[in-house]
Amino acid sequence: MTEEANPVTCHEFQAQLPEMIGSGESLAAHAHLLHCALCRTLLADLETIAEAARLIFPIVEPPDNLWKQIESAIKKEKAAIEPDEGKE
Amino acid sequence: MAAIPPITDAPSQAAPSLPLEAFSEADLLAQAQAGDHRAFAQLYSLHKKRIYSLCMRMVGNAAEAEDMTQEAFLQLHRKISTFRGESAFSTWLHRLAINVVLMQLRKKGLSLISMDEAMEPDPKGNSGRGFGARDTTLAGSIDRLALERAVGNLPAGYRLVFVLHDIEGYEHHEIASMLDCSVGNSKSQLHKARLSLREALHSLPRQEARP
Repeated sequence: MTEEANPVTCHEFQAQLPEMIGSGESLAAHAHLLHCALCRTLLADLETIAEAARLIFPIVEPPDNLWKQIESAIKKEKAAIEPDEGKE
Repeated sequence: MAAIPPITDAPSQAAPSLPLEAFSEADLLAQAQAGDHRAFAQLYSLHKKRIYSLCMRMVGNAAEAEDMTQEAFLQLHRKISTFRGESAFSTWLHRLAINVVLMQLRKKGLSLISMDEAMEPDPKGNSGRGFGARDTTLAGSIDRLALERAVGNLPAGYRLVFVLHDIEGYEHHEIASMLDCSVGNSKSQLHKARLSLREALHSLPRQEARP
């Protein structure tokens, strides 16, 4: 592994990753990555997952009867609030 | 605002279908705020897929997603008159639905953020810090079903942050506010979610991981 050659170890680098990634910091030129293939692979994977999540999740249709349930619940609520509604 | 012409009674079996091109969302919204049930039904038709999909991702199963979607639209019905247009209606509704889901999860006693686990190796032996020595990358090998399954298997706290940030596009400060946690915690949970997904996706047989 490459920890001896780098001032920042894999352990230290990876401990800082959540903050560095979360703050949008560019990591491409990070000194540790220049020498550590494993951490480069890790970072590439994390970026791949984030990008895939943005692109591939489908929009799904709810079941047809869901509206009927919602409509029924709305009517029940209305009836509870306005118990005399519908009475002449 | 254009007046909405009379609308025939919609069948109650499925969501009513009005001629969408006839009304703008602003028209429908104003009518629904004035108590027009059919306009509200049309707003449901316009937004049901996005809200149901959001609920599906946040809770991970269809039955709960239906319950959450129902509750979100009930809340919308109760609160629609309070919408003042400071943001887009779809943004407001989306946020309302997220709050409904989070409230329901809290009611069930589910911890939305697992602070104690932050950056600790998990009990299955997966490395919390991503130290699994992977010399191959996932690039080009993630398919939708594999990722969906992996996200569905995440612990609830990780899944929520991952869905809100990576899928729905919220910023860490917004997520921190929704989940009542620190920004650092949101970043940490997201990182751990991605690490867990990486482990899960790498553990798939390659032929399953590739489309």
